[in-house]
Amino acid sequence: MSQINRLADGGRLNRAKVIRFWYDDKQYEGHPGDTLASALLANGVHLIGRSFKYHRPRGIFSAGPEEPNALVQLENGPHTEPNRRATEVELYEGLVAQSQNCWPSVGFDLGAVNARLSRLLPAGFYYKTFMWPRALWMGYEKMIRRAAGLGRAPAEPDPDRYDKTHAHCDVLVVGGGPAGLQAACAAGATGARVMLVDERSEFGGSLLDQGPASGRGGWDAAQWLVARLAELRQMKQVTLLPRTTVTGCYDDNFLVANERVTGHLGPTRGDHAPRERLWKIRARRVVLATGSIERPLIFADNDRPGVMLAGAVRAYINRFGVLPGRRIVVLTNNDSAYHTALDAYRAGATVEVVDIRRHPGGQLTDQARALGIAIHPNSAVSAVDTARGKITRVRVMTLSEDGGEVRGAARALGCDVVAVSGGWTPTVHLFSQAKGELAYHHDLHCFVPGKPSAANPLVGAGACCGAYTLAECLAQGRDAGRDAAAAAGFAGCADSPPAAQESEIAEPRDGPVRALWVLPCEHPLGRGPKKHFHDLQNDVTVADIHLAAREGFESVEHLKRYTTTGMGTDQGKTSNLNALAALSEWRGAPIPEIGVTTFRPPYTPLTFGAVAGHERRDLFLQKRTTPMHPWHEQRGAVYEDVGDWKRPLYFPARGEDMAAAVRRECLAARNAVGILDASTLGKIDIVGEHALELLDMVYANAWGGLAVGRCRYGLMLNEHGMVFDDGVTTRLGEHHYHMTTTTGGAARVLNWLEEWLQTEWPGRARVYCTSVTEQWAVASISGPHSRALLAQLCDEPLDGESFPFMSMREFAVAGIPARVFRVSFTGELAFEINVPARFGLALWQKLMAAGEPYGICAYGTEAMHVLRAEKGFIIVGQDTDGTVTPMDLGMDWIVSKNKADFAGKRSFSRADTARTGRKQLVGLLTEDPGFVLPEGAHLVEALGKPPMKMLGHVSSSYLSPNLGRSIALALVEDGLRRKGETLQVALMDGGGHKVTLTDTVFFDPDGGRARG
Amino acid sequence: MLLITCPWCGARDQSEFSYHGEAHIARPERPAQVSDAQWGAYLFMRKNPKGLHRERWVHSHGCRRWFYALRDTRDDRIHATYRPGDPPPDSAADPGAANPGSAT
Ligand SMILES: [Zn+2]
Repeated sequence: MSQINRLADGGRLNRAKVIRFWYDDKQYEGHPGDTLASALLANGVHLIGRSFKYHRPRGIFSAGPEEPNALVQLENGPHTEPNRRATEVELYEGLVAQSQNCWPSVGFDLGAVNARLSRLLPAGFYYKTFMWPRALWMGYEKMIRRAAGLGRAPAEPDPDRYDKTHAHCDVLVVGGGPAGLQAACAAGATGARVMLVDERSEFGGSLLDQGPASGRGGWDAAQWLVARLAELRQMKQVTLLPRTTVTGCYDDNFLVANERVTGHLGPTRGDHAPRERLWKIRARRVVLATGSIERPLIFADNDRPGVMLAGAVRAYINRFGVLPGRRIVVLTNNDSAYHTALDAYRAGATVEVVDIRRHPGGQLTDQARALGIAIHPNSAVSAVDTARGKITRVRVMTLSEDGGEVRGAARALGCDVVAVSGGWTPTVHLFSQAKGELAYHHDLHCFVPGKPSAANPLVGAGACCGAYTLAECLAQGRDAGRDAAAAAGFAGCADSPPAAQESEIAEPRDGPVRALWVLPCEHPLGRGPKKHFHDLQNDVTVADIHLAAREGFESVEHLKRYTTTGMGTDQGKTSNLNALAALSEWRGAPIPEIGVTTFRPPYTPLTFGAVAGHERRDLFLQKRTTPMHPWHEQRGAVYEDVGDWKRPLYFPARGEDMAAAVRRECLAARNAVGILDASTLGKIDIVGEHALELLDMVYANAWGGLAVGRCRYGLMLNEHGMVFDDGVTTRLGEHHYHMTTTTGGAARVLNWLEEWLQTEWPGRARVYCTSVTEQWAVASISGPHSRALLAQLCDEPLDGESFPFMSMREFAVAGIPARVFRVSFTGELAFEINVPARFGLALWQKLMAAGEPYGICAYGTEAMHVLRAEKGFIIVGQDTDGTVTPMDLGMDWIVSKNKADFAGKRSFSRADTARTGRKQLVGLLTEDPGFVLPEGAHLVEALGKPPMKMLGHVSSSYLSPNLGRSIALALVEDGLRRKGETLQVALMDGGGHKVTLTDTVFFDPDGGRARG
Repeated sequence: MLLITCPWCGARDQSEFSYHGEAHIARPERPAQVSDAQWGAYLFMRKNPKGLHRERWVHSHGCRRWFYALRDTRDDRIHATYRPGDPPPDSAADPGAANPGSAT
């Protein structure tokens, strides 16, 4: 029979509709409004998985995000998701879930053998049992992971879409229970922009879990809820976000929340909407109305399926119309569990209460007695008996005076569910994440928010502050909402919710709580077959805590890591306080002295999809492409990444490999004409009356005397005297310059210029620097035919006298207005044609067409590297590494002797910069001209047994088609003095290769070709 | 994620800014005339205090302006931001400045 535990009526369900779902290959039925957990309980399914370490059978324990046991593998294939809490999975048609941690099945589990070996799995078992012998650790680890792993990660790419959004608000209210709703209404009434966020599918919080008439006099919770929500929906500046969990609170009221937009509908039912949306919220003020989470009492074998939190049993009855058991024993130390007893009784269950207090005596206990519910005072459950995975009875014994022992004869109470309550723990996670101080509440035995941090002045309201009556929650919520709005600049408003409502609520007053954290059984803790679990998910017992403490792990942070308590996916929501209490008892120190472990985000696990959002594949990192990119694409260019730029590395012709393509490109650029897309070069427009002063400060060379229309190569140093960028700068006008930088250094250089202008010369430098990298497209043509080619496309005289080397002219090229720079990075006659970016592709196409008769050949960055290395031109960042001075590069000639000051100059005379024995740039020629040295290889005096003294390293190395041999550049200790010497380059295979140190210029040493 | 007040733009998200170390390290007027020790102090010596720290920030993804901040390294509170050339705010007037060396 289906849904045997479903009540005839009640619950927030759409009973008219039946949903079919699959759990462990069996089909069940439920209704819209169910969670997977409530639907399973409705169908009498308690056993839901095996525990992590001992593979003990476990059941549904809670009804919310605190669930430690009921973790399932949801769906299959690419949609599969591990470790989903069944208590939070909304039921949908066709849902498929599997139990985890069970092999071969949840009913019969080979891993349960672990349970018999439990003596081998004590506290710190990770660190002890499997560490010896060391060599076997790797094998052990694999075994542990297979046996103890939780769910399976999906093996296929995630087919869903995830969204991200930023939001700003005046008041963010976290939690949509009575306090949160009241806060949102009060804040919203002032006109403040309010966001109300709640993790459940509907607002109402604890009101949803309580019965319609849970002893509140004439006050109607359902009516109140409808009225409040209607009020909020009418306020245009209020945003309501159900199904949204605030997972983290960061500095200055920055909170992250994850909204399940369509995920709850099931795979592929989201249509075009994202599955989840990550909200990044900056709030002026935050009200925490996060409620509280019930903690269990710890007793012998308290992990059996059927042991549930009392509040959860109540929620299943009232919210889901499910009575989890027919015979329910309520075990409690406080009055709140009597609500469960009463609701279960009214729903038709047989109920008995085991109360550890000597004289339970609140109004609720009186109501229970009046209904004939048996109450066993000063008693504890000392044993749980099961048959075929189900609880059949508990045994109850009388507690000793101090509660340390049980005595007398055991009374057997037949039951199928034990509803347990050890009191309520305020949900202070976000408050603590925000670095607020927690205070221990001695009457309620829990931590509550204390002093908020200056960075995040969060205020709490309701149960998260330890206010457990409805009247208090409503009052605190209203005040917190109103105050938060006022603090955000919104004064109070006459129509804020009236206070009168609270007085209508007649609530029973709770009696006191008996703080007894661990209930004894017949044998001392850890000395018999029964286990007292405090952390159900990570299978940690109180005996483990005692063992860890005996071994010296007395600090909570050590205890946590050593025993793994609170380190599961539930992060110890039901167990942390109990663990502290157990440690506190063992150490004989009060709980506040023990302290709490750090609360860290996220509150509940986030999917990777939500964190990644749209930032995947092409959107993970923005690609920068030049205006000529479509041509490169068409020609099948192979790219390299330079910063974010996609630059063609080479253009393979049909059947060519990289070596052949680069060889062809290199020869063309020296013997005919090569064309390079140089658009990525950093370009900075510098204008203003102090522009020259700026250049003289940031470059090592002098800039006075550069005529308008002339270009100069410059070397840029940092204050340590080390080379950090280079490039050609051209004077465009009286106070106007065009600076070029390396492709990767463009942003760094611009920032460096601004740093000088803004922080060294604030207010007195009249210079403006503007990045124009993307405004200009650049085609660089190089080779003996480049002049003839350019002549085809313009009417300018291009001879050496009219247009000399290192000068710039503005004229039209192929009808396009251009700045043409006669500069050369290849050592050939070359022209860099700059045109406005939108003409870049047209210019390129014109050049390619006009260049055909000249044998034009597009070349990529690899050929560019080879060509410049043939000329001994450095690449900053490849032949330098931030420890190289101009002198180390043999570029003393560039350093101005006349300038009194420039960035880095003073550092030249520092002892370390001026010493001998620095690494200096030299050329290398291999003994075998066909052998290309690996870049990065080390140079040594002679090959020997490692370690050998390293004299330097190869920084650039290529096969040079124009020289017909390999060439390399290297930074070598005293390299300039060693020229002509022979050294060894050590290779990865243990061998070496003999090299001769040479000058860095391998080709056309007098530079006649570029000037020609 | 800090909220940082750019003296030109106003309060903006931390992700718009970049950090550039201690502020008010004066570059010697005539570097050629200072000793190695003085030059070394300019290049390398930084305070790294536990407490209030004057430091340089750039609104990189905003107005691209440099500015200074007075930040407490203990709790990341930024007590003031000000423009280069402006006089630094009096730290004694700031809350939390009373005992900059003490732990909280
Ligand atoms: Zn700004």
